[in-house]
Amino acid sequence: MVMEIVCPAGTPAALRAAVKAGAHTVYCGFNDETNARNFPGLNFDRAEMRAGVDFAHAHGSKVLVAINTFPRAGDEAIWHRAVSAAEASGADAVILADLGLLDYAARNHPGLRRHLSVQAAAANADVINFYADTFGVKRVVLPRVLSVPEIAAINCETKVETEVFVFGGLCVMAEGRCSLSSYATGLSPNMNGVCSPASHVEYNEQQGVLDARLGGYLIHRVEKGQPAPYPTLCKGCFSAGDKTGHLFEDPVSLNAEKLIPQLQKAGVTALKIEGRQRSKSYVAQVVRNFRTAVDALEAGQPMPEGMLARLSEGQAMTTGAYKKTWR
Amino acid sequence: MPYPQNQIPLCPAPLAAALRVIPLAPLSLSLTVFSRKIARNNPGLINRLGEFDTTDFVLDPTDLPIVLCLNPNGGLPKVKLTRRRQAKGSTRISGPLAALLGLVHGAFDGDALFFSRDLVVEGDTSAALALRNAVDDAELNLALEAASLSGPFARPIQQLIALAERQTGLCLTRPEDAALW
Repeated sequence: MVMEIVCPAGTPAALRAAVKAGAHTVYCGFNDETNARNFPGLNFDRAEMRAGVDFAHAHGSKVLVAINTFPRAGDEAIWHRAVSAAEASGADAVILADLGLLDYAARNHPGLRRHLSVQAAAANADVINFYADTFGVKRVVLPRVLSVPEIAAINCETKVETEVFVFGGLCVMAEGRCSLSSYATGLSPNMNGVCSPASHVEYNEQQGVLDARLGGYLIHRVEKGQPAPYPTLCKGCFSAGDKTGHLFEDPVSLNAEKLIPQLQKAGVTALKIEGRQRSKSYVAQVVRNFRTAVDALEAGQPMPEGMLARLSEGQAMTTGAYKKTWR
Repeated sequence: MPYPQNQIPLCPAPLAAALRVIPLAPLSLSLTVFSRKIARNNPGLINRLGEFDTTDFVLDPTDLPIVLCLNPNGGLPKVKLTRRRQAKGSTRISGPLAALLGLVHGAFDGDALFFSRDLVVEGDTSAALALRNAVDDAELNLALEAASLSGPFARPIQQLIALAERQTGLCLTRPEDAALW
């Protein structure tokens, strides 16, 4: 069975580009705080979501709606309405993280397939089976902290489908529990859907040296000609004692393209591409690349060489936790 | 317009030189009319800008002697070409003309241009993101828009634009999806 390519779409144009490029499935979110990519000018209103689902279905692709932030006390109705709107749009599933919202969806929208977001940070078979038994979760997006053998071990102990990230921004914190952004800006991906909100990001280039500040704090300085990273604290360059460096993680992108055969053997159902904040140009190229790879694998042909470095953060790539070689 | 590796062409020197002497007021007026037509034909573009639909953007083609000041003005855009030092706005997006045109036509990924330092954003980053995302979703084709303003000259104008694109390497039309990077 061909591994499913699950592709990001931040706009209706990106959704169409993904579908045309061969995405089996596209994931997207509403234009509010209910999803973890709540950026200016991004995402779908209700009508756009319906039209996007119709377009995808007409071309044989599925649409998943990410409602994967954590409802704010007293404002749960915003998230409840998003689940209803996703079902009304004809979406194939919702991607949820919050226990209460999973319970709400299971009780009120039992016919709507539920996937567990990476934001839930479910990293072992016991917790995955708990979500399946309690809320009828059919698929889990695994956090980007597991090695391939660990993923294989999980798949041996659960019937829940597993989806893993294979390309894009790398987040190795305990996903759904990272508050780094909150310290500098008061906003976090978990509650507001924004990691390093653009409203708090400031760039300044002088004589080719680029400074990036988040909430007023200088988080990295890039010399002339050097590639620039995203302005996130986890990719910041800090001085501590007599050392200066990327204390949390280097500014690189995940690319597990070469590991697709191993991931298939480990029992993975779907391969996820990160980047709902990226353009349709990125979406089209990455999807085409990965679709070619999984089709080649299915046909028993050699994996094609990728051409994705130029699209990567810092223009550098890593296999991340799948092969643990970190310091 | 696919470019080999990361090479983004610079605007031909004669065009840059011409812009040093050409009066900018008539050009600004023409671009205002042009941008209003685009806004009329693409209402989703203005809607997607949200709270930034009256922001003063400075679009700075670093290989030209002028910059373009754009205010979407709630759907009735105003465009003014000025010399670089005179430009004022809350958000500045700088890069080679080819990169800016490539972004408009969806040929390039804005984040990739940022990583490679071909694109620099200064000022209100939220507004820059909103503009980038709105333009990316609009799937604009400036050549077609210009041709449709040209009445009986539409076809020759399109041919002229295609010739200019081949000669300069600038991305003046929206490429087919297969040519994107």
